[in-house]
Parts: sequence; C-alpha cells; structure tokens
Amino acid sequence: MTTEQHDTPHAAPGDAVISMEGVHKWFGDFHVLKNIDLEVKQGERIVICGPSGSGKSTLIRCINRLEEHQRGRIIVNGTELTSDVKNIERTRRDVGMVFQHFNLFPHLTILENLALAPIWVRKTPRKEAEALAMRYLERVDIAEQAGKYPGQLSGGQQQRVAIARSLCMNPSVMLFDEPTSALDPEMIKEVLDVMVELAEEGMTMLCVTHEMGFAKSVANRVIFMDFGEIVEQNDPDNFFNNPKMDRTQLFLSQILSH
Amino acid sequence: MAEVFVAAPDLPPPPSTTGAIGWLRENLFKGWFNSTLTLLAMAFLAYAVPPLVSWFLIDATFVGDAETCRAAGGACWSFIGAEFKLFMVGTYPNDATWRALLSGAMLVTLFVVTARHMLSPLVAAALWLLLPIPVYWLLGGGLGLEPVEESRWGGLMLTLLLAVIGVVVSVPLGVLLALGRRSRFIAIKSLSIGIIELVRGVPMITILFMATIMLPFFLPEGVELGVLHRVQIGIIIFSSAYMAEVVRGGLQGVDRSQIEAAAALGLRGWHTTVFIVLPQALRDVLPPLIGRCIALLKDTSLVIIVGLLDFLGIAKAASQDPAWLGFDAEAFVFCAAIYWALCFSLSRYGRSLERRGHGAFRD
Ligand SMILES: Nc1ncnc2c1ncn2[C@@H]1O[C@H](COP(=O)(O)OP(=O)(O)OP(=O)(O)O)[C@@H](O)[C@H]1O
Ligand SMILES: [Mg+2]
Repeated sequence: MTTEQHDTPHAAPGDAVISMEGVHKWFGDFHVLKNIDLEVKQGERIVICGPSGSGKSTLIRCINRLEEHQRGRIIVNGTELTSDVKNIERTRRDVGMVFQHFNLFPHLTILENLALAPIWVRKTPRKEAEALAMRYLERVDIAEQAGKYPGQLSGGQQQRVAIARSLCMNPSVMLFDEPTSALDPEMIKEVLDVMVELAEEGMTMLCVTHEMGFAKSVANRVIFMDFGEIVEQNDPDNFFNNPKMDRTQLFLSQILSH
Repeated sequence: MAEVFVAAPDLPPPPSTTGAIGWLRENLFKGWFNSTLTLLAMAFLAYAVPPLVSWFLIDATFVGDAETCRAAGGACWSFIGAEFKLFMVGTYPNDATWRALLSGAMLVTLFVVTARHMLSPLVAAALWLLLPIPVYWLLGGGLGLEPVEESRWGGLMLTLLLAVIGVVVSVPLGVLLALGRRSRFIAIKSLSIGIIELVRGVPMITILFMATIMLPFFLPEGVELGVLHRVQIGIIIFSSAYMAEVVRGGLQGVDRSQIEAAAALGLRGWHTTVFIVLPQALRDVLPPLIGRCIALLKDTSLVIIVGLLDFLGIAKAASQDPAWLGFDAEAFVFCAAIYWALCFSLSRYGRSLERRGHGAFRD
C-alpha cells in the first residue's frame, strides 16, 4: 500500500533495528544511564525490568528522543539520533510508543485519535486514514467505540486504543513503558493479549514491564537494569532459572515472592 | 423458623422543618444574627422600594411629550421611545437603518446559534471570524451600497461593533501572543512578553489616547485612518494582551504527556500545537475568555473620552436635547438595563460552557 511507505525500509530479520553504543545520560548531576550497550534485531522481543528509578523509562525514551542522551550513539533503522530535527521526526514516525497512562487525546474521538497522525504525518487522505484506523480498531476488538471519547472508555480499552494508535503509523519497532501497570487487575489480560498477538506477528518489541508471565512466554531476551546500568541479560529460561548476578537474584526474589 | 422482617412505616417529619415555615426558619431566622440581618434588610426594602416603584411605574409616563412627563413627576419613558433610534444607531441615516438592523440580526443569530451549541466549535469560530466582513460592508457601504461616513455611526450599534470586532480580532492575536510567550526563539518570546506586559501596565484610557494621537505617525504616507478605526485598533491591542494571559493559563494546563504522545507519533511542533495543545487549552479557558469579553464590552464605554458617541455617550447626548431636558436619569437607567442584559446573557453562556466542560469527554 503506497500510503504506508516508510522513510527507511523495514530491516530484514536479523538486522539491527536499534543499536545503542556506550550511551550515557545525566539529569543535571544525576547519572541516570551508564554506558548502555544494546542491540535489538528485527523481530526480537525484549523485556526490560528493574527496580523503580533504575532508568528503564529513560532508556526507552531515548530511543525515540523523548529524552536526549549526552554521550554514545543511538542508531535506529540506520539513522543516528542527533539534534537534527528531520532525523528525529523520521525516527519517531517509525517507532511506536505506548505509555503507562495511555496518553490518548481527550478532546478527540477514538477514531480521530487514530487517524490524526496518518493524516498529518504520513499525508494519508482522510477517508483512507479512517479506514485504516477502523481496521486497527477491529484488530484490538474495539471498533464499536470509534465515535466515543477516551474518557468514556475503561483503562484497558484506552490502552488497546493507544496500541492501535501507534500501529496506524505502521511502525517497525514498538516501545512499551509499563503498559499494564496503571490498569486494574481484571483489565491487564486484555492488553497483554493484544501484545502477545503483536509478538506472534513478528513485531520488534521493547517492553518495560513487571509482568513476568509475559516475559517468560513472549520475550527472546530479558534485560535487568539497576542504577542506570544493564546488570544482566539473558534468554527468559536462563534469566529466571539461573540468574548470575546477586542483584538480579534479589530483584527476582522480591517480585516473584508475591 | 426465621422471623419475618417488616419495614417500619415512614413517619412525616416535624412540621416546623419543612414547607414555608421550615424554609423561613432555615434561611432567614436561623440564630439571632441572621434574624437581625433579615429584619434590617426588610426595613431597608420597605423604605426604598415604594418610591422606586412609583418613579418607575406608578408616576411614570409612557406616552406623551416632555410637559406631560414633568406634570406626572415620575420616570419619562416616552423620552426613551422618542429617542430610540438615536440610542440604537446614533445619527446613522434613516434610509440605511435597515443595514444596521440586518447587521444586528446577523450578530444576534450567530450568538444564539453559538450559545445553544448548535454549531461545531470550529464552524462557530470560523463564522465569528468572518462576521466583521459583511458587517463592515453593510455599515460602511461601497460595492453597490451608499457609503455612510463613520462619524455617523453611534449608539448601541457602535458599542457592539467595537466590542465584537475587538473580541473577534483580539482572541486570535491573544493566542499568538500566548504562543509567542512560550516560543523557543528568544526574539519572539521577548517581543511577546514586552507587548503583553507593556499593555497590561497601562490604563485603557491611555491606550485609547495613544491610539488616536500616535497611530497616524506609524502609518505610511497617504494612508488615513478615521478616529473610529484608530480607537478600534487601540481596543484590539488592549484586549489582546489580556486574552493572551488567559490563553497562557490554558496552555500551562495542558499536560506534558499530551505533547509527548504527539511527538512519539511523529507529529511536528506546529501540528501538536494546533491539533493537540490549543484545542484543550482553549476549551479549558472558555469561561474566563467569556469573562474578558464581558469586561471588554463594558470597557468600550471609555471611547467617549476621544469623542465617539457609543451607547453611553449617546445617552448623555440625548439628555441634552432641548426638547427633552432633565431626563438624564431615564437615559442612564435604560443604558444600564441594556448593558446588564447583554453582559448577563454572556455570563449565562459562560456558565453553560462551564457545565458542559465537566461533561462526557473530559478525561
Ligand atoms: N526529567 C527528569 N529530571 C530529573 N530526573 C529525572 C527525570 N526523569 C526521571 N528522572 C529520574 O531518573 C531516574 C530514572 O527514572 P526512570 O523514569 O527512567 O526510572 P524507571 O526505571 O522507569 O522507574 P519506574 O519503575 O518508577 O518507572 C529516577 O530517579 C528519576 O527520579
Ligand atoms: Mg518508568
């Protein structure tokens, strides 16, 4: 479809979609990211976990430049992120992001929330953009709410809309920042189901979450962060069954104990 | 066997807590302080109301000339009737009065349609922005209509013209100033702050004087602006600064996470401002914006000091008419009543917006 073209072609499986090399970031004097090296390949599904304040959100927010790193290199789809606004915009179009608090636009209907970016960023004609939006709403099973406002939907429904909104831009990578932690327990599953489906379709995903069931069943790799560093990373089997570092062990014992 | 539960029957409340007596007790005579105030207020009303009623109604003259009025001793409402056209449109020529009426009808229709939320906000905003064009054409003439000099525009028509055009132009300018104030570009930012703070630090009268006297210096050679236009520009400048401050409050109220969500989708800064930030900011500050409109409507009465005969000015002028000397009070009461009706409708509209604001699509 011509309107879903990418500025940068989707990489072939196995190619690096994101690579971070020696990335450091400070908030004022506070060293929040320390020497992060991370490569994400096409089709990989990565779960990031770690204690509160360890820099997980900051790390993924650097990937679409919602935060600026001060040292090292971040390359997304072959483009290095610098202060060049054109590059940043291009990267953001190709990187979807789902936030903890959904961040839907409260003054727009669900359909308008989804169609806005395709219309103004991808220059898709309105009719086509709305048809595209409806397709994704059907995919997350929420098409009948298209004319409502976000405030009229439950948290789980809002988060599914937020995922559909990102998908409308046909991203090559999806970033999730604790997508289920603001939800009531009975709504977590409906959002996780959508994410599992996405993973099965081969979407490249970077997901900050403490849903260890999701990590075990979906992730190719689990990353543990603490104090701004990547402390340990491994496939889920080894990560959960033989963690090497004592910090990882402590963290796992804390979150798996309840 | 389980016992059967039977609900106790409802008993009526003690008679002194409900009905008229209950209401009086609760609202007027609760405690000695409240009771004293009630009695004092009643005494004042008994003293003040009867003379007012006899002046307004019983001794008032509704038909007849000045002599009849003076003989009756009460209010002379026939004076208002006799000068009605003057009050409404000043000395606007008789054979063009329909043009003023048509403009007024357009204004009223648009207000009613907007206040009843019959149009989508975007369409309503567009119509208000376009309104000055047909109105200026109708009132001023040209393009097939007999021209009417601006010096003959007056009365309520002039007041509404200054206020409506003042609002319609100063809201977008205020938005631009408010956005400018948040700009990354230091030059735009300091210019906006400079204009806003300069204007807000000066009384409106000063701005009106400066507009009438100093504006001509800034105009290119050969361009002449009538007093009315200069005053209108002064009003717009004055109002824009205040609108900007109201809008700024709204902009600050929009959560940063909204801007981040828009950025994450790849939307540009301008798109984010226009589609995400401004609509939410403006929706939130509509009630205080309406408040500014009311203030502006009342402030237009200051144009009297640069010699324009707006509604209040014409009331003053009408009471100097040799045929109707001595009826200033009626003129001002009439004037006040109309101002009150206008401001009250606006304020009701503002209230209705506040209630709607807390409706379904709030997050
Ligand atoms: N804009 C900011 N300015 C200053 N400090 C910040 C800023 N954003 C985050 N921080 C700090 O940086 C640290 C890392 O924040 P971050 O949000 O990345 O943590 P996190 O791992 O996502 O934690 P959580 O699990 O609580 O979401 C925290 O100590 C936080 O207080
Ligand atoms: Mg976080």
